[in-house]
Amino acid sequence: MFESLQDGLSSALKSLSGQGKLTEANMREGLKLVERSLLEADVSFEVARYFMKNVTEKAVGETVLKSLKPQQQVVGIVYQELCDLMGPVDHSLHLKGKNDVTVLMLCGLQGAGKTTTVGKLGKMLKAGQRNPLLVAADLQRPAAIDQLHVLGEQLGLPVYSDREEKDPVKVCNAAIKEAKKLGADVVILDTAGRLHIDEELMGQLERIDKQCSPEQIYLTVDAMTGQDAVNSAKAFNDALEIDGVIMTKLDGDARGGAALSVKHVTGVPIKFMGTGEKLEALEPFHPDRMAQRILGQGDILTLFETAQKEFDQEQMLAQEEKLKKGEFTLDDFRKQMSMIAKPGLMQKMMGMMPGMGQMREAMNDFDESEMKGLFGIIDSMTPAEKANTKLIDQSRRRRIAAGAGCEPHQVNELIKQYDAMAQVMTAMAGKGMRDRMKMMGELQGGLAQGGTLGKQKQHTGKRLSNAQKKNMRKARQEALKKKRKKR
Amino acid sequence: MGLFDRIKKGLKKTSQVLNTDVRDLFKSEGRLIDEDFLDELRAILFKTDMGYDPAEELVSEVAKGMRGRVVQMQEVIDVLKSKLKELMAQDESPIRFADSGPTIIMVCGVNGAGKTTSIAKLACMFRGQDKSVVLGAGDTFRAAAVEQLGIWADRLGVECIKGPEGSHPATVAYQAVEHAIKSNADVCIVDTAGRLQTQKNLMTELTKIRDSIRKQIPDAPHEVLLVLDATTGQNGISQANNFADAAGCTGIVLAKLDGTAKGGVVVAIRQQIGLPVKYVGVGEQHEDLVLFNPDNFVDEMFDDALAAN
Ligand SMILES: Nc1nc2c(ncn2[C@@H]2O[C@H](COP(=O)(O)OP(=O)(O)OP(=O)(O)O)[C@@H](O)[C@H]2O)c(=O)[nH]1
Ligand SMILES: [Mg+2]
Repeated sequence: MFESLQDGLSSALKSLSGQGKLTEANMREGLKLVERSLLEADVSFEVARYFMKNVTEKAVGETVLKSLKPQQQVVGIVYQELCDLMGPVDHSLHLKGKNDVTVLMLCGLQGAGKTTTVGKLGKMLKAGQRNPLLVAADLQRPAAIDQLHVLGEQLGLPVYSDREEKDPVKVCNAAIKEAKKLGADVVILDTAGRLHIDEELMGQLERIDKQCSPEQIYLTVDAMTGQDAVNSAKAFNDALEIDGVIMTKLDGDARGGAALSVKHVTGVPIKFMGTGEKLEALEPFHPDRMAQRILGQGDILTLFETAQKEFDQEQMLAQEEKLKKGEFTLDDFRKQMSMIAKPGLMQKMMGMMPGMGQMREAMNDFDESEMKGLFGIIDSMTPAEKANTKLIDQSRRRRIAAGAGCEPHQVNELIKQYDAMAQVMTAMAGKGMRDRMKMMGELQGGLAQGGTLGKQKQHTGKRLSNAQKKNMRKARQEALKKKRKKR
Repeated sequence: MGLFDRIKKGLKKTSQVLNTDVRDLFKSEGRLIDEDFLDELRAILFKTDMGYDPAEELVSEVAKGMRGRVVQMQEVIDVLKSKLKELMAQDESPIRFADSGPTIIMVCGVNGAGKTTSIAKLACMFRGQDKSVVLGAGDTFRAAAVEQLGIWADRLGVECIKGPEGSHPATVAYQAVEHAIKSNADVCIVDTAGRLQTQKNLMTELTKIRDSIRKQIPDAPHEVLLVLDATTGQNGISQANNFADAAGCTGIVLAKLDGTAKGGVVVAIRQQIGLPVKYVGVGEQHEDLVLFNPDNFVDEMFDDALAAN
């Protein structure tokens, strides 16, 4: 087995450098390694095959990037595809108002971790100022009722159970009535673990579904599950139309390929992941982290380093020197911006970087004319002004604005934006890669949260709604696909 | 139900899936063994969770001997069978009983694997052999785990030693062994809390539990069984590795083989770590345990297909 997918890929794709385009033939060996990696991570065989077909289609015809090693380029495409397939995320429990009772139901195979997850959800809801009622509907396993009662006590949450009743459907019905009396606003049903081929028990689940009409049904899936994940997930989804998946036991060393399989066969979002035995160990699911895990760590970091190199080496060195001295002029800023805006390349690489998805989206919606506007402002400044923005007073600001054909406050905003970037850039100089990555993240966060880029858009009156953005993205993808077909 | 019938019960779904698929490969009399054929074969093998290397090994075995030929199903299956049997070869190894005094069995595994239930099944089996059994409720961590084992003990009419609230599992194990010696019991089975093999301190705790069992009987525990969930994928290898290291496992109980999962990761475990499978769990009741026999296991996987031909 390879320590890292990259190691294997670099030899498999050696012949690629110097070639113009990625083709099925020159990638074959490399893609086989990716497939092997997926299979070793427990992605189901069919899903792995399907996935590889997609990736191949996407990759074929791509220009071999000069500064990215071919294996990095391929991993980048694979990584992006994994993220896309395991997304989009939806961490909402879709709760009704507090005056209503929302019913959540958990189901899954024996030993998947349902009861613990019920406790974790209860804790989370309580923290969100909700009043959950936990329901012991596992009448099968010895002491399952006691287990839930102990958890309820630990959490200070009410637990409904009926030790005399033999029919879990009746228990669930009674519990919902009880919830109204107790003033609970969320009911969580802990059902017994069962095999998906046990028709009698699956029928029982369907009856609970019909009679209690839960708002949300979640399937808990053990992260260590192998090839069988597709079978059980499909069966549970066929019977219950599940609304989401919760992966458990991700604190271990399982690569967790089941996540991909389950997402593929059910199509429902993976909501949360259990990362420990403690009741607070429930985290929102993030496709990018999961993708890294499935591919094996380390690959993505390397990719990031290379992405950094994509900035012209010489320019980078010169820049580095200046930054070390604490210099980062508006001219440098202009250069940075124009590199980021280079169509295609940077966007592609941002997509490859963990956590940079948002940034990429921001760039997607970044209008060329806006960029030109920014550059216009900078170009209207004198060299002295560019070197020291503090010189720019009200009258200079008016002059620059007139020269660039914009409003004076836009000049102001540009300077603010530059200041923010300059701070980060000069702080970055001389830092290690990890620190840089963190800072990039901070910068990205800053820009995303009403940073100047956002405001700028508002002024041009072109702020897009999420739906519009989505449509645009779709259109772009469609156009891209067409382009590829033509080649 | 006889032994073979029970294995059959557990493996029925397994073999159905395997056999239907293989049958599909041979729509007519014989079929040309080409790349497409080998790839279909590969899919079938991978779906057992046997892992990349064993599956590829089997495929190349078929390719080496038969590529370009038109063959009968029987031939392909014979090759696969003998290769698989070779991979899984082991002594039929039931429990190694102590020469004198109680036989101590320690049971470990990841969370939810089926440890407690498997202990109930083992206890039931020993009762059937007229052996007296003492259970040790060594899972002092999970909510209501002690109660769970206690309920099984009551159902089976065996003794269950429980420590006071908050006791250390090593103490409970010690007390269980002590009681087994005092009461002249034949077998003592110690439950442990589920843990992930990556939790270093909890794995060290397993070593401590084993050491505390040793204090009274130097060559105990006579068996340390790792319970492995049959739905587990390649992570089973890491489980076997780490539990063997920490607790000195002597064998595997493969639980939940009554589902559609094939438990093929034991092939990779066998190949890489050498840990044998001793028993197979085929249901939730206390009688749902069978002795593992690799030849039968492999034969049962393919016999139906041959019969149907
Ligand atoms: N279908 C089936 N279910 C099983 C089998 N063995 C155990 N189970 C079920 O799996 C679930 C978990 O079993 P437990 O015995 O509690 O597992 P454990 O390893 O002791 O779990 P923890 O102590 O929580 O780590 C229970 O619902 C059992 O009934 C089996 O062979 N087949
Ligand atoms: Mg247990």
